Amino acid sequence: MRHLKILEYALSSLLRRKYRNISLIAVYALTIGILASVLFLTYSLKLEATRILIDAPDIIIQRLSAGRHDLIPSEYAGTIRDIPGVGSAEPRYWGYYYDSLSHSNYTLIGIDTNLPGLSLLEGRMPSDAGECAIGAGVGQARIVGPGDTLTLLNSRDTGVEFHITGTFRSESNILTNDLVVMTKKDLLHFFDLPADRSTDIAVTVHNPDEIATIAGKIKKAYPDTRPITKSEIIRTYDAVFNWRSGMMLTVFSSALIAFCILAWDKATGISAEEKHEIGILKAIGWDTADILELKFWEGIVVSLTSFLLGLLAAFIHVFFLNATILSPVIKGWSVLFPSFRLTPYIDIYQIFVLAFLTIIPYVASTIIPSWKTAITDPENVMRS
Amino acid sequence: MTIQSNSLSDRTGMIKHKLFLGFTFFEILMLSVLFLYSQMTVTTRNRNKVPAKRELVKLLKLTDLSLWTEARYTRHPSQADVFTAFQDFPSSFEHFPAGSIIGPESITMSTTINPGRP
Amino acid sequence: MESLIWTENVTKIYNPRKPDEIRALEDASLNIEKGEVVVLKGPSGSGKTTLLSLIGCMGRPTSGRIVVDGKDVAKLPERFLTLIRRRTFGFIFQQFNLIRNVSVLENVLLPLYPVEISFADMRGRGEKILEDLGISDKMQMKVNKLSGGEQQRVAIARALINGPEIIIADEPTAHLDRKLSTDLLRILEDLNITGKTIVIATHDPFVYDHPFIKRIVEMRDGRIQDIKLTVTLKTGEEGQRR
Repeated sequence: MRHLKILEYALSSLLRRKYRNISLIAVYALTIGILASVLFLTYSLKLEATRILIDAPDIIIQRLSAGRHDLIPSEYAGTIRDIPGVGSAEPRYWGYYYDSLSHSNYTLIGIDTNLPGLSLLEGRMPSDAGECAIGAGVGQARIVGPGDTLTLLNSRDTGVEFHITGTFRSESNILTNDLVVMTKKDLLHFFDLPADRSTDIAVTVHNPDEIATIAGKIKKAYPDTRPITKSEIIRTYDAVFNWRSGMMLTVFSSALIAFCILAWDKATGISAEEKHEIGILKAIGWDTADILELKFWEGIVVSLTSFLLGLLAAFIHVFFLNATILSPVIKGWSVLFPSFRLTPYIDIYQIFVLAFLTIIPYVASTIIPSWKTAITDPENVMRS
Repeated sequence: MTIQSNSLSDRTGMIKHKLFLGFTFFEILMLSVLFLYSQMTVTTRNRNKVPAKRELVKLLKLTDLSLWTEARYTRHPSQADVFTAFQDFPSSFEHFPAGSIIGPESITMSTTINPGRP
Repeated sequence: MESLIWTENVTKIYNPRKPDEIRALEDASLNIEKGEVVVLKGPSGSGKTTLLSLIGCMGRPTSGRIVVDGKDVAKLPERFLTLIRRRTFGFIFQQFNLIRNVSVLENVLLPLYPVEISFADMRGRGEKILEDLGISDKMQMKVNKLSGGEQQRVAIARALINGPEIIIADEPTAHLDRKLSTDLLRILEDLNITGKTIVIATHDPFVYDHPFIKRIVEMRDGRIQDIKLTVTLKTGEEGQRR
């Protein structure tokens, strides 16, 4: 009962400086909301990536020349196929295309003509020369759809027309937004690539435990290559959205610095009015523990309310409003950026860490400055 | 003559603690509901949507998400080679905002310069 | 009559062994009996506020003993001291020391917040006391909007809310006019009639010359100079008594 009463008094105390405390809660909640939004967004993307890229090729073999990526002889695939444990080794044909009309970059992929349809493709895959399937972003950039014609400029600066046979559905935007899929022959011709070269080679392995061993064998057989294993692919996306690096670190650092300034301001001392109030409370029968509990409640009310409001706002912002505020930041300078509905993966551990980092320091910065006054004998009140 | 104060604390008497606890409980309840919603949605989407995306990845042999299309190493960060983070020369500054999100990849199977190697 | 408070050779030194050391009280020995009204009389700096605060368990003496209601309070841990302070004493401060921008009722109830009683009981007690003192109509007003006399009553109500045995008042008439001073003393007299022990520190002759004051302790330069009885006690003894 006395805890509730002290809470009651703490609330009265906060309401006495109503506008100040409401502003504080608003700003604090906003900070937490932004931090939590970044956490939710990056975790969701990370998990999405790791879950759907699990079917990426086991090993990708790139060729390096003078330290830069170069085309790889397709015959390498034959030798690789003969390595025990290798399931398949298929050359991949793909490249980048800069579209000056829309100032955006597309990824062009060349496929075999006998590929089956996909549930995420509206229409069909290209099966003949002069056909293509496009991602939604390409369609939006060039305002084209199934049945229309997409004209691209090849390496001889000649316009090449492709009849659009299919468009990837928007649910697959995160994978296909900038894709233009055509036949392998069309791609080689478009980029004027030698017939015996490919962009890289995709290797599958029977036993996942042998991937690293086989990658080592391939490297030994062809020292000019660079094998990239699936675990590295997955780990890339693990690291991309790691909270310790990049944007997360920048955002966290700024928020942390701002918070330290706030805490320092509070911790450098309480006002004379507050000291006097504590003195009075002690004089009329509150002991040190009661005073500290009062300060604890004052800290909890502000920080817990801010935390919960910030978290709620972040969830709604990221998973219902598709992170509209953050996406310009995430998007950067990409002209094509996929619109996607994020899957609400939540990492409870992150939430607890955020709670710990936002509530505890604030409460501490409320209690600690009052400590000295709280433990002082109240006779000073009589002397004042 | 009594001057009636019209502050909230006076009108509500001593129920501020109830209001605060009630509001906090409501917030926690909302968060719990959202969390349950998230769990249900994850299960549903994993069942309905993820297999189709995996099929796409497998068929087209994709290795990266189509998120940032500014540069090679932002479009295909898992395929980026050793020097690409620095674009034109090793000490050049980051060109693109997305590059601040993507750190240089750890070198495992890549070509390395080892002066001690015969 | 039983002794309620007694002090033995109590000394209080502030900032000991420092350049700004102050010997506020020296060798004060005093005995206050239950139901007495005692005035600590003296000019500023005489040590009366210091002695008052030590008696009221607001601080600890540098040396000496203080026994309140049979308990040696000089060496008690803080939380026991607080309990005694809360249960035994009601304080009326010179400047009232009410919390600004807080309502009358809330100010009066402050001593009860850390006590294990329900909101309803607490509120009930507060309303009753304010009614007894004639200011229940101002219950919801902020104290800083009240007149001096009304604030004084709020301060008294707060001092009484825990039902203390001993009322401690430090220069209670310092900011009051004659009428309000008279009202105050009347209230204190009524409280004394109900059995409360009253200890007042003052240099206002209007107070120490009042007939209900039973004993005057004269202080100067941190020492008790003289103790005078102003009335004949029930036992019929007169004269000085320590």
